[in-house]
Amino acid sequence: MYSHGSESLIKQAREIQEPELQKFYSRLVKLLQGKELGHETVDSLQRLHLILSATKYTRTLPSELRTRLLSLLSSPVEQLQVLSSAVLREMPPLSAEELNYIQENVGQLNSQTAALLLSKAGTRADLSSVCAQLLRGLDNRPSEAPAHSLMHTLPVLNTILTHSPECLTEDHITLLSKRLVDWLRYASIVQGGGASSGRFFTGPRSRQPVPIAELDGMVSGDFFTVLCVGQGFTEDQWMNVYSFSMLHHWLLTYHSVSNGNSTIETDDRSEVDGSVVSMVSATSSSSRLLPPKERLREKAFQYCQRLIEQSDRKAQKKTDTELQKACLVEAVCILDCVCVEDASLVFRTFPFIKALFGRLSADLSFARVLLPIAQFYLNHGEMAAVDCESVWKLVFGQFPAELFSDPFLAHELLRFLRLNLEKFQLGVPQYTHFFPNLLKFLAWDSPAVVDDFVDLLPSLVTPATAVELLHTLLDLPCLSATLILQLRSTCLPISEPGGRGLLSLDAFRNPSFRGLFLFMLRGEAGSGDTIDRLSTLHDLLAEAADWPRVVQCAQTIPVLLHIYFNTVVTVADEKLLAHLILVMLERSSILLNIPTYIKEIHRVFSCHLLRMCKLHPSLVVDQSHELLEFAGIPGNVYSKEELYTHVVWVLGEYLSVSCDSRCSVSLITSCFETLEAVLFEITSSGTPPGTVCPAPRVITTLMSALAKLASRSHDLIPRVSLFLSKLRTVTRGGSVAWCSDEEDLVAIVTRGEELWSLLKAPSVAQSVLTPSPHITTPQWHRDTNVAMPLQLRALTSLTHPQ
Amino acid sequence: MVRCFLIHTVCPISALSAGECRVLYSRVFGPDETVLSEELQELNPEERRLLQKEKVAVVARQVHSAVTLSREASGRQLVEMVPGEEVLALQDADSGVVRLRAGDPFNEEMSVLWLGVHSLGFAMVCEPHENLLLAEGTLRNLSRHCLEHLHMLGPGSEVLLKSSRIDVLLSRLLPHGQLLFLNHRFAQSLEKEVAAYMAK
Repeated sequence: MYSHGSESLIKQAREIQEPELQKFYSRLVKLLQGKELGHETVDSLQRLHLILSATKYTRTLPSELRTRLLSLLSSPVEQLQVLSSAVLREMPPLSAEELNYIQENVGQLNSQTAALLLSKAGTRADLSSVCAQLLRGLDNRPSEAPAHSLMHTLPVLNTILTHSPECLTEDHITLLSKRLVDWLRYASIVQGGGASSGRFFTGPRSRQPVPIAELDGMVSGDFFTVLCVGQGFTEDQWMNVYSFSMLHHWLLTYHSVSNGNSTIETDDRSEVDGSVVSMVSATSSSSRLLPPKERLREKAFQYCQRLIEQSDRKAQKKTDTELQKACLVEAVCILDCVCVEDASLVFRTFPFIKALFGRLSADLSFARVLLPIAQFYLNHGEMAAVDCESVWKLVFGQFPAELFSDPFLAHELLRFLRLNLEKFQLGVPQYTHFFPNLLKFLAWDSPAVVDDFVDLLPSLVTPATAVELLHTLLDLPCLSATLILQLRSTCLPISEPGGRGLLSLDAFRNPSFRGLFLFMLRGEAGSGDTIDRLSTLHDLLAEAADWPRVVQCAQTIPVLLHIYFNTVVTVADEKLLAHLILVMLERSSILLNIPTYIKEIHRVFSCHLLRMCKLHPSLVVDQSHELLEFAGIPGNVYSKEELYTHVVWVLGEYLSVSCDSRCSVSLITSCFETLEAVLFEITSSGTPPGTVCPAPRVITTLMSALAKLASRSHDLIPRVSLFLSKLRTVTRGGSVAWCSDEEDLVAIVTRGEELWSLLKAPSVAQSVLTPSPHITTPQWHRDTNVAMPLQLRALTSLTHPQ
Repeated sequence: MVRCFLIHTVCPISALSAGECRVLYSRVFGPDETVLSEELQELNPEERRLLQKEKVAVVARQVHSAVTLSREASGRQLVEMVPGEEVLALQDADSGVVRLRAGDPFNEEMSVLWLGVHSLGFAMVCEPHENLLLAEGTLRNLSRHCLEHLHMLGPGSEVLLKSSRIDVLLSRLLPHGQLLFLNHRFAQSLEKEVAAYMAK
């Protein structure tokens, strides 16, 4: 493991001083001048690499050293090639002379040199020249060249494709399409490498070519693929592996339908050709009539077909079983790609895909293979008029419920959903009903998937799901704890002898609480917004409040709630928003007791209560009963200070006739009385010393709210004024029990005085504290009748004589 | 293709301060992506190299925090491993995927597959369309070879002083960042070549 020795090595490499470095360079140059390059040279080169790569700042090498290193690129010793390439990669780009040198001296581009040229490429032209050089090597290759010399060609080309597909000309593409077809479909079907049939006493004459075998040991009866084995391999069999490895990317880059204007003609052509081919059975003779691109497509199709068949065989080695799965994924992806390009292939392809689905859907260990299959159904199911219900039930119904703890499946499934969101919203809108299942990924591993949910959550917020979704989000830590318990109860024995019995685990196994946990674990929405005995559940899960997974989950909820509320105000009508306010008030006291969680949620609620009421002020009058009920409980001042403050504020601000005509004088009065009672209680001198003080902000908000309400119903003004003057008197006497800080007290008293003096002139108070809409939303600059420029012009023309 | 393969430290180690992450090996495949993008044309080569190193450091830090959070959540205790137990260490390793959004730090969205073997992290930055099942297998295979050939479970510094071995390993099993569909026979053949190189 990483030791102090390693750390000091890195520090040394970073802090090496210039003189010592120069000495090192000259020693290295001397070593490289020698005829034999032995261990000391290699070690020094390695140290040079460490010195260069350990720091993020570039060092410069003396030019002689650079030249020597360049010459090592063509060394017959691989180690020297590797090291020189690695060192030169850490350097600034190669000069024109250096590039020329490489062209002339390195001959056929070896893998390390290609890596260097790629990494130092400064422009697309550089990449094009590497590309051209490689393809030249492909075309006119001497037959005596070693077997591995070609093999890096395709990976390098794939790299160029990734960054700059335009580097390949049409001719290049045609050439490569033809070679790919050869390697994929017509690779040798006998074992290479001089494999014998295994008998001991064999002479050269009895060396018969042995056919390749399948992964289960049977002799292969068809063309060579990556799932075929042999004692040794021929070069074209190696190229078969490399070709297939890059095939998907090649098809995506050059065969995608949206690729420029030229594809319009190719589309027409391929439609005609495709239908001709699909009527004839897939024998290679008829496809010889096709142009190279289409021929490659046809061969890719056949290759994938064969891979799917081969994956049904029982491999003898475990690593091969894993490879079969990966091959299935790749094959389905390629078939999908090919069918997107040529829709007529869908009818040939669907039977395979359907059969594959039928074969694999019962086995959860193939879940990651079923995702590309689901993508195929999504892309082509409508065209083939195939019923996809069972696919969605599996992907959204079963996978999240049973495989939520697999990080790779979670990543791939959520990615699948993200990339196809529009298609789902149009074609499979019922996916939103599976949100309880999808949220299981979040409950289990929040840090890893919260980013995906930031993108996905808005689409899950619909008028139908909004309320249940809010409850589910608030209880996500409970879901997290429940999933942990679910896993533990399957792993641990029923009773742990002498172990710390988890109370929550016992509760999970207890039949009388079964219903609570089953509700948490539900897969689909629609069976109720929440449960009555929610607080019971919270009590049962109390010890889970410090489980790391639960805490991590709780930390992501506020962010997601913000996203939820931001979305819901755009899709909900007033009735729904009113319901949500009720939910917020209700749930503010029913939350799992995780430190800081409750405070954070209250803060989110406060922020969005404010926003909702600002957008729809009549909500306050609408929900006045519940809001007053909340505001009338003095205990809320202490336990839910943030939310309480905002509730009082919205009551003060929006409970007026100008916001909603249903607001009556009696409503204002009853609100006033409720708030007044609370204010009296929290500022009474009767509070025993040592109890926690109400926050000053609550007091000032209450005072302001009372003043605002009084300004709308002038009979209430005397009552407020009385309280405010009493307040002044009490505080003149020094400290008070309900406010510990001197500065806060001064602020409260100052506010009180301001309000008191404002209320002495009721009509002024009214216009200040309850401004009419045309004052709060000025549009003089927009209204042509009162626009300032017009007025000024009028005045000017009046006052200035003509 | 795989854009980047790196080995770095994870979890608190005595040699480093808390939260600090040391990149032990990094290999970026292909050209520098800033060279071919429209913005950032005015950077000089030193700045480009600096930018690339910073991007690798960002990936290492993201994986570092992902490993830390994952281990915290699972609550598993880390068991000391000694050289010779590489296969066991891999079986016990934590694994996962981190999604990197476009621009943060690579131009396009990337998926970073990671393996946490005690205090070492192995990370592979893949393009999202890549076959992640194959990538996962390749990452495990590469990690096993690195652990074995560089004795990384021991206190030595071979990973720093013999980085050419990793280069050769990558040139066979992940040439230029290309994931390969290798059945056990192909893999054996390549691994024999690698072993022959390591023996020198």
